[in-house]
Amino acid sequence: MQPELARAPTEAGPTVRERREGSGGFRQIAVRYGLVTLLVLMVIFFGTAEPSFLSVRNLVIVLQSVSIVAILALGVTATLVVGGFDLSIGAVAATALMTSSYIMVVFGGGTLAAVGACVAVGAIVGLVNGLLIVRLRIPDLLATLGMMFLLLGLQLIPTQGRSIASGMSMPDGSTATGTFTPAFLALGRYRVSDLVPISVIVMLVLAAVITVFLTFTRFGRVMYAIGSNERAARLAGAPVEAYRIAAYMISGVFAALGGVLLAARVGRGDVSSGNSLLLDAVAAALIGFAVFGAGKPNAIGTAIGALFVGLLLNGLTMMNAPYYAQDFIKGAVLVAALMFTFGLSNRPR
Amino acid sequence: MLIGESARPRTAAPRLVVEGLTKTFGAARVLKGVDLTLQAGEVVAFMGANGAGKSTLVKIVAGVHEPSGGTMRLDGHSYAPASPSAALEDGIVVVHQAINDNVVLTADVLENLAIDRLCRGGPILFRRKHWRAEATAMLERVGLEVPLNRMVGDLSLADRQMVAIARALGHAPKLLILDEPTSALSDKEAERLFAVVERLKAHGVPVLYISHRMGDIRRLADRIVTLRDGVITGDFSPPLDYEGAVHAMLGRALTRSRTAKLAAGQPVVTLDALRVAPETPPVSLSLRSGEVTAIVGLVGAGKSELAECLFGVRKHAGGTMRLGDEPYAPASPGHAVSAGVHMAAEDRSGASLVPDFDLTQNMTLPFTRAFSGTAGLLKRSAERRHATSFIDRLGIVTPGPNAPMSALSGGNQQKVVLARWLSRPCRLLILDEPFQGVDIAARHDIGRALRESAGSRATLVLCADLDEAVEVADRILVMSHGAIVAEHAVDSLDREAVIRDLSKTDHAARHAA
Repeated sequence: MQPELARAPTEAGPTVRERREGSGGFRQIAVRYGLVTLLVLMVIFFGTAEPSFLSVRNLVIVLQSVSIVAILALGVTATLVVGGFDLSIGAVAATALMTSSYIMVVFGGGTLAAVGACVAVGAIVGLVNGLLIVRLRIPDLLATLGMMFLLLGLQLIPTQGRSIASGMSMPDGSTATGTFTPAFLALGRYRVSDLVPISVIVMLVLAAVITVFLTFTRFGRVMYAIGSNERAARLAGAPVEAYRIAAYMISGVFAALGGVLLAARVGRGDVSSGNSLLLDAVAAALIGFAVFGAGKPNAIGTAIGALFVGLLLNGLTMMNAPYYAQDFIKGAVLVAALMFTFGLSNRPR
Repeated sequence: MLIGESARPRTAAPRLVVEGLTKTFGAARVLKGVDLTLQAGEVVAFMGANGAGKSTLVKIVAGVHEPSGGTMRLDGHSYAPASPSAALEDGIVVVHQAINDNVVLTADVLENLAIDRLCRGGPILFRRKHWRAEATAMLERVGLEVPLNRMVGDLSLADRQMVAIARALGHAPKLLILDEPTSALSDKEAERLFAVVERLKAHGVPVLYISHRMGDIRRLADRIVTLRDGVITGDFSPPLDYEGAVHAMLGRALTRSRTAKLAAGQPVVTLDALRVAPETPPVSLSLRSGEVTAIVGLVGAGKSELAECLFGVRKHAGGTMRLGDEPYAPASPGHAVSAGVHMAAEDRSGASLVPDFDLTQNMTLPFTRAFSGTAGLLKRSAERRHATSFIDRLGIVTPGPNAPMSALSGGNQQKVVLARWLSRPCRLLILDEPFQGVDIAARHDIGRALRESAGSRATLVLCADLDEAVEVADRILVMSHGAIVAEHAVDSLDREAVIRDLSKTDHAARHAA
């Protein structure tokens, strides 16, 4: 009976996939390190062509440019881990942006009130998403798509579709008296040691927290189990519904924090600010699948995915690539990453 | 030529001849020169432990794999299928072990029956009327009565299997390969399958019948061929020597692994007039510590539903359950596990294993709390030590504690599931069909581990196969149509009586309840 293990894999799957045999070594290396190698080559290329690319100041600029997208992407990673998806993150960020602006400008609220309200909005939206998906069994894509539309419309209603700025005139004819508090604006403008913006620090902290949570705690372990085989997780005693709802709440809160940082950076409640956040964040999380050949959602991959896109766009901009090519480039990176994840790997299907 | 006196006369030319077939996957030599001849109209039982190379051989014949060496001849002509569809074109029909791989769950019966023909061409418009008569005839051939518009996903596993077989027979097969076809079927349903096999045999179609079940083999086989370690180790013609075949397959004679019966202790679980659904008969029973109780019953007898009530998957519709002295009514599997009730569900890959997890993570899944410290941080080395100790204890054949589940054979995967639920002490352990797709050697290991650890808890094993129940249990309850209709002690078992109880009619079962 001893040689059983050597052959067991060939006995397992019933279908056709084993036709593609051999060449396993190279493919495995390509799957595992392909994207990271690409990243390193890219940095070397830009660094040689444009030495200022590697200056500390420029790298901080890159980090700042990706920080908000990365925060949203880290949140959506939690929903991807439980086998779900959250399309509402961009809209949650936009809603948070409008909420914080409204509280400060119209109600004259303080920094804490503004941030606290946003976090609450994110948590509530996540809870509602989770309940729609878990209790009413609406497919995740549809539930969060509906929520996205709902929020994008909802944020326009209080101001009749106008952006929020200090001294704006209200629908009833009066003039708003509040202003953005200095402390709130500092979230977007203050730099630690005159160099590192707050948003970058928040991103790094959240990335560390979510990585530890997903990879090293039993909660994360159970979330991965749910994403891989929900029925098995349930029959192993896991409270599957609670975990799935929690994942959407994490996603909602992270998106709201992203919205707060965006509001602080822009300094006004701009109705169109959050537009591209959703697609960029989802792309970062999906690129993350390919980092180190994980083949599944993971927080470190998501962070590297966001960085990858940021570095590429920054480098190309320095080399005078036109701005309108940006989406094309992001798309190309995403397709390449998906090829690494799904096309080259030997995952059973 | 291996024709026994009792065998029917055959045409001289063999249907399929396999000579010197070899297959290597990387460094592993799976088939080491296999010779096999199938005559028209014979049923050949093909036996081998998990990992012996049976499935690989079947896949080569079915065009899924290319052989590394050797030749095949079909009806005297050289045969080398380039793909599964080429093999099908040549009349080689395979019904795979994983039933859901043979049917489209989201299509209805008629569509499933028509699908092969549709793929090969035909009119552009799909008109159901056009197919109805043919589909009905296909169902009649296997004796299956289901509405043509029923979704296959709504059928029982047994009926899905029959749909797959009906579809396979639509090809006018030259050779039919059945891979563990009865693993999800009750005896009555299996009997229907046997009738189909016999009819095919009468029409001169050879059948290669892969099974672990001696009952099937005794019933059907004209010949037994055993495969061990990639080589044919035995070719038995009538009178068939079944024990010799098992010996040739395993390379060692089977020893019954029963340990002495423990004295049954206190009742752990007491069911009083429990109804799993409003219309089902009430069930009363008591499970004692130290005792292994098996419930046998046909597929659909209500065994799994009863287990689901005990494990909090299903709400019971009446009566009471007690665990120890406390009333017990788990709202979810999570509650059941914390109350000390563990269950290994029936469908191993669908309901137990997490495909993305390695062996260790699969083993510890329900008990991650016990393997984590402050803030829920996991202690991975403790997990690994735990897994390693169970690998030794249950004799799990694996490359290591961090091997992916796909690297393990079915029997070893089942051992991992058992190890999972033995990880923590419990009051009641329920195993639903623990021996499905598990070879005989692994079955013995599992049975032994189960009995050795049975002392402190009550153990409930659900299975359709009486032999399996006899192997592990102290007492056997027979379930029919939702009711417990009889109880037998294993030591004084009258097999005929059990078979009679199993096939009790609906009316008699109600009466007994």
